Amino acid sequence: MLALTCPCCGITAEETEFHPGGEAHLKRVGPEGADDEFEAYLFARKNPKGAHIERWRHSYGCGKWFHVARDTATLRVFGAYTTQSYGPPEDIVNAIRQSYPDWTFDRNAAE
Amino acid sequence: MAEALATIRRVEGMGMITLRGALEQIGPVVSDVTGIALPECRKITGAGDRQLGWMSPDELLCVMPVADLPAILAALQDGLTDRHALVLDMSDARVIYDIIGAHAEDVLAKLSPADLGAVGSDDLRRSRAAQTAAAFWRIESGFRVIGFRSTADYLGALLHNAAMPGSQLAPR
Ligand SMILES: [Zn+2]
Repeated sequence: MLALTCPCCGITAEETEFHPGGEAHLKRVGPEGADDEFEAYLFARKNPKGAHIERWRHSYGCGKWFHVARDTATLRVFGAYTTQSYGPPEDIVNAIRQSYPDWTFDRNAAE
Repeated sequence: MAEALATIRRVEGMGMITLRGALEQIGPVVSDVTGIALPECRKITGAGDRQLGWMSPDELLCVMPVADLPAILAALQDGLTDRHALVLDMSDARVIYDIIGAHAEDVLAKLSPADLGAVGSDDLRRSRAAQTAAAFWRIESGFRVIGFRSTADYLGALLHNAAMPGSQLAPR
């Protein structure tokens, strides 16, 4: 079971009280982008085994969106943080690196 | 014949006002008008049939007898004219059930994944009951549950079913 703590209201609840929003920090490609870039923006998603950053919505609670860093293999949650950001905060990056020392956040996708 | 785990009662005659806005801006006005202290994050304040609940970082819920609603609604709208806020009578969109009895917690525990042990006497827990959204808080001898009027029959059926005699969760 995946349990998440919503950073907007502080409730810890199990996953069915939330709605998954897929990979976080996507870089939007607009009409000016090349076809392959636009296609990648719409359809290509990371699917790592290990640390992953996703958007979630507290749909059966406060209704807010937030970001979650979690391990897709163990369901361990490294942390949750506000949507008002372009990437994970340092403490969450550090938490991820305790399990995956070489992990880096792909900033290219988030500029 | 075993008794039902709890009595399920649909509560009529209650009104609800939804308020949205920056709580630090609208909060003092809401507290003044209702005479109820502003609830902190995830809390519910007030007593009996007049309460103020924290719904989200930008939403409050005001519960009161429907007879008191027009005056409170007008006073809130009046008090908030100079602030960016939503004040809306949501009474017709909502339903209230009370679960009263020794095993009231068992009834709710069957339907909601919420950790009821973590729900204190002044907490307002937003969650779900099976497939419909529900929020609840503790009242004397049980819980008050609010849900959507559009799924009121479903919620009522769920609650009655979960209260079926002889179905308590603890080993007998
Ligand atoms: Zn929340």
